[in-house]
Amino acid sequence: MTHIPSHRLLVPGLVLVLMLVLTGTASAQGHDPGTIELTTAINILWMLLAGFLVFFMQAGFALVETGFTRTKNVAHTMMMNLMVFCIGALGYWVVGFGLQFGGVNFTFPEVGTATAWSFAPTTLGDWGNQLSHWLIRIGQFGIAGGSGFMLEGLSPVSAILAFFLFQLVFMDTAATIPTGAMAERLKFSGFCLMGLWVAMFIYPIIGGWVWGGGWLANLGRAAGLGHGAVDFAGSGVVHMIGGSIGLAGAIVLGPRIGRFNRDGSANAMPGHNLPMGVLGTLILFFGWFGFNPGSSLSFVGSGRDLAVTAAVNTLLAGAAGGVSAMLAMWLFGPGRRPDPGLSVNGVLAGLVAVTAPCAFINSQAAVLIGLVAGIIVCLATFALERWHIDDPVGAVPVHLFNGAWGLLALGIFASGNPATDGWNGISGPVTGLLYGDSGQLLAQLIDIGAILITAGGLSYVVFRVLNALHLLRSEPAAELQGLDVPEMGMPGYSTADVRMPGGRLTQQVPAISTSIAVRVGK
Amino acid sequence: MTKKIEAIVREESLDAVKDALRAIGIVGMNVFEVRGHGRQGGVELAWRGTTYHMDLVPKMQINIVLSDHNVERTIETIRQAASTGKEGDGIIFVYPVDDVIRIRTGERGHQALMYPDDIDTRRSG
Repeated sequence: MTHIPSHRLLVPGLVLVLMLVLTGTASAQGHDPGTIELTTAINILWMLLAGFLVFFMQAGFALVETGFTRTKNVAHTMMMNLMVFCIGALGYWVVGFGLQFGGVNFTFPEVGTATAWSFAPTTLGDWGNQLSHWLIRIGQFGIAGGSGFMLEGLSPVSAILAFFLFQLVFMDTAATIPTGAMAERLKFSGFCLMGLWVAMFIYPIIGGWVWGGGWLANLGRAAGLGHGAVDFAGSGVVHMIGGSIGLAGAIVLGPRIGRFNRDGSANAMPGHNLPMGVLGTLILFFGWFGFNPGSSLSFVGSGRDLAVTAAVNTLLAGAAGGVSAMLAMWLFGPGRRPDPGLSVNGVLAGLVAVTAPCAFINSQAAVLIGLVAGIIVCLATFALERWHIDDPVGAVPVHLFNGAWGLLALGIFASGNPATDGWNGISGPVTGLLYGDSGQLLAQLIDIGAILITAGGLSYVVFRVLNALHLLRSEPAAELQGLDVPEMGMPGYSTADVRMPGGRLTQQVPAISTSIAVRVGK
Repeated sequence: MTKKIEAIVREESLDAVKDALRAIGIVGMNVFEVRGHGRQGGVELAWRGTTYHMDLVPKMQINIVLSDHNVERTIETIRQAASTGKEGDGIIFVYPVDDVIRIRTGERGHQALMYPDDIDTRRSG
């Protein structure tokens, strides 16, 4: 018999102990207080880290939008992307979070065959009776949350604070989308008001309908439609809301001066910095690994399965979107070239489309969803141009059209991932049309309609009012000059060190000029 | 007596032209980034699926002031270095120059254009 040194047994032994601890963590949830603490800590840590990744997407948006606009609007576009976060964060803290999640922990009474149900994420521990008050609620249908304004009374609960951070960065992703569609002709004052409108009202209210236990999420329990509106990470809540607001803004603002000719033909207005656009896209792709996988709100047990499925599907759909948009332009585009601008949009389109279904589908569906997204983004770009809607960076084709496609794709391709059992208080996993649940597709269609009408329609009205007050569209002279100097007071790029009065060598210091001449070797 | 050559060439030809001119002893030149078009009227480009016409194409302009008798040789050198045989190779203009004054010494005319190892000293040597 071979003698095995005792230290060789150490590693397998440790692995065995670790496995016992980890399986114990998963199976003993809700039993041992120490295990509960560990589970909650892991889940909150995962959500926080994912939230930090989502925050970094602001940098991606800033680079894509600025790269796709012209040199004369660089300071203005960058400033919008900086301030939309700052303004939005404060607005969301004041009322947004409360409207969105003030009723998420409210327990709806049983209805039909569905049991009593609270939509608060149980993976983040017990929230007691926090966030359980609706401001407006009609029976089973929550309209607007009514607690948690300015985080009043929530500060000691770290799970809720982390949840607030996570939801805030999602809101700011939605808020920064319209700035792209409205770039190069939006007054800065109008932009500030737009940021408050998105962060305080329109995003939180619609977001609450889907994620805060509102009426769309409850379509399953209260109206028998699948699991109600399901949106894992926000194809609808974040992207379609942002895209709808962007479309409303682009329509009210009208096209940039010179974008369309009298005979109806369009003029290209090339962005000034493609490397910025590509770098921004890669940063967004990276951030998306927090956006989608982090939306599991847990990394223990079924949460881990959701997160990993989401990560892989996100990767595949983004790649597929880029490939199909590139090929579409290469084979059929007017220039017969692999158009970099639309390839950038194609990657983002695939990512947006897979955001809702990422945890509910298999990888074949993810690739298919991405491939279709890349085609949609090209067709929508041409359609907008034909309709004379000017969207400088392609925010509407990417976020509105593919946000809707993502919600729809979930209703078609959701394949019954066991980790989604019991979603929105309905027993059984989430399945789409191809797997036998047509009610789920109907719920998704209602979700699409509700977002388009509410986010797009109400924003259209708000923008019309702002424009009538001369707060939205920049003055023609300022637009032609570029918004940087008239609005920001400085150019985005100081192209040369301009010679300032007093900055030249004078007769009084001849020694300096001589010494320079000596130093350069004359 | 004295002439100015204004050669407008492709951006990517500049280095070849510069080296060829130095090789024959042209030691002074000014270079400008310019935009323009000739007979072909610009190029077609695309941005996010929309093609557009760029009529003013970026080019490099080289200015050289030199004595009459060196003009033909210099022109031929520029042509050889800048020619690809395709549209957009550029154009050369030649102008008369009234006078040349070297600021440091006050020399004028042909004197002001002379350098050690320039095109004339090489030719005589």
